[in-house]
Amino acid sequence: MKFTWFNLMPWPYLPDDFREKNRSVWVDIDQALFDPEKSHEVYNTYMDLLEYAGTVGFDGIGVNEHHQNGYGIMPSPNIISAGLARRTKDTALVVLGNSIALYNPPVRVAEEFAMLDCISGGRLVAGFPVGTSMDTNYCYGQIPSLTREKYQEAHDLIIKAWTERKPFAFNGRYTKLRYVNIWPRPIQQPHPPIHIPGGGSVETYDFCIDNTYSYSYLSFSGYIRAQALMKGYWDRVAERGAPDTSPYRAGFAQTICVAESDEEAERLYSEHVLYFYNRCLHVYAGFADAPGYRTIKTIQSGALSQYAPPRAGYASLTWKDLIDGGHVIAGSPETVRQRMEDLIKSLHVGNIFCLMHVGNMPKEKCMYSTKLFAEKVLPKLRDMFPDYADDNRFWCKPLAQQVSAGRLPSDRDAAAAVSRVLA
Amino acid sequence: MELKTIATHHVPVRYIEGGQGEPLVFLHSAGGITPADPFLNALAEKFHVYAPLVPGYGDSEECAEIRDMLDFTLHTWDVVGALGLKDPILVGHSMGGMIAAEMAAVCPREVSRLALIAPAGLWLDDHPVADVFTKLPYEMPALLFHDEAAGAARLTAGLKMDDPKFLQNYLVTNARQLGMAGRLLFPIPERGLSERLYRVTAKTVLVWGDSDKVVSPVYAHEFKRLIAGSQLVSIPEAGHAVPQEKTKETVAAIQRLS
Repeated sequence: MKFTWFNLMPWPYLPDDFREKNRSVWVDIDQALFDPEKSHEVYNTYMDLLEYAGTVGFDGIGVNEHHQNGYGIMPSPNIISAGLARRTKDTALVVLGNSIALYNPPVRVAEEFAMLDCISGGRLVAGFPVGTSMDTNYCYGQIPSLTREKYQEAHDLIIKAWTERKPFAFNGRYTKLRYVNIWPRPIQQPHPPIHIPGGGSVETYDFCIDNTYSYSYLSFSGYIRAQALMKGYWDRVAERGAPDTSPYRAGFAQTICVAESDEEAERLYSEHVLYFYNRCLHVYAGFADAPGYRTIKTIQSGALSQYAPPRAGYASLTWKDLIDGGHVIAGSPETVRQRMEDLIKSLHVGNIFCLMHVGNMPKEKCMYSTKLFAEKVLPKLRDMFPDYADDNRFWCKPLAQQVSAGRLPSDRDAAAAVSRVLA
Repeated sequence: MELKTIATHHVPVRYIEGGQGEPLVFLHSAGGITPADPFLNALAEKFHVYAPLVPGYGDSEECAEIRDMLDFTLHTWDVVGALGLKDPILVGHSMGGMIAAEMAAVCPREVSRLALIAPAGLWLDDHPVADVFTKLPYEMPALLFHDEAAGAARLTAGLKMDDPKFLQNYLVTNARQLGMAGRLLFPIPERGLSERLYRVTAKTVLVWGDSDKVVSPVYAHEFKRLIAGSQLVSIPEAGHAVPQEKTKETVAAIQRLS
């Protein structure tokens, strides 16, 4: 199993009456709610927490890309990852990911991911999302019904830029480049492992299967509601005659909170979980799914956009609803272990993106929950798929010898070395 | 009115035909059009009407190759050619007006009479065109009509949003139709038309509802300024859906061209 500690980086200061006074947490969220000075501490705390998670036993630490979004103040995950690369060792940097249709030209992604891979010593796991409709269409202006074509072209360009050893010309519809010749290129060969976040479209299933990419379902509605979608994926894996059904072909995001007991979990985390589900997911329905963004096939499959609010709205959900419905896995280490085991088996997933910082959770509680999961839950789940223990196709392959930050000599030693050269 | 099909270079195109008189090509708005449309039927009492559907509209085939303004413009010329029409009266509403204006700018010698009904295609920072893509169904009547209640009755007739099957079909139709419209209108319905309107030589009538909340009547004056000799017919108590809301007046304005 591979466990990645994930932080969406929510803005923790959305007011109590946020839902009543605002139509959306995303796209046209009120500028007045963001306080740049407060963000200084928020960003640094969130990066500290990611670094902390890298020291307690998680396989990776994860970041993602959102724009104009109150629950994700991370328009550039690469900036965050660059900071993390310098302050962590061994842990994978899971950037899930860069919305490749939004970068102009997309070789920018090939370059920045290569830089991250080089700086981190081959610890990058690269994600290529299409991006949500809010991000891609409404914030970044991509034409909905052309987004996927542009995404596909960007993907082809990036892979070629990573693997071709001579300058080449790329005559795409959306990008035309006479000389593609990225410097640097990634350490991992032929390129870093690729994870593709998807929301149930058959085209994305096939894309992952055909290219040996891991399919990630990044849902906030939990593993019980994800059964149908993941079954669709595994059925497709069988249908397409993939050579194996390795669980590492799939990943799943799950909100997790651990305490000493179930009751303590509710007492500690309830307000933060409700903050997330009631305020952070308050997306105006008109932004959820620009017409043409999803393919006709996907709509016909009956999958509704996960950002389309449930009929009754999230506000009516209580802690109990969220626990019973599996949106959130919370409780004592034993409760969490049982439910995680259920999740892993029922979805057949080898990559878990653990959403352990939730809503406006303060750092102390987040550390407490993280530590309990790492020490009392994670070790018991570690070897759930012994048959696939050697499957390393979907994870990073770091250099055996890595350098770390802060290795300069003292000023005195430097001066002495210079003197020796001059002597 | 009859729904028919004609072959074109890209895809078979569905078009609505009916009426007698001078040939008139009507290009529909992003909302689409059906043979039962009262405005189209009223127009057919005075003209021989041809109303081609943009690929993806109604039951017509989508077309991946029609991506940008030039593709739409040339494709619609292909349709006019396939229908065997020479210099028909060219009429377009909203998105259709944007396409008609481009057609007249690209091929000025092929169009001598042009009617633009609340066309899209220009952008003024102080008067942003409404973002129709983010609107929820219940928000449409107030946006499109001067008389919201009557508009609501017209738009919601037959909609069963509580029926999941109906809802899914509605979402598919919306994705097909507005997905194609987005190629011209998303995120801002402007593709350089203002720099090409000087080429239009057709006798041009602009028709605008005084209460248009999608494309403000301010744009009527901008079109008037950019198309030499164009006349403006402003229609009181009408919104963006002026052909549906003030059918008789809109037809009369178009008759100025014959």
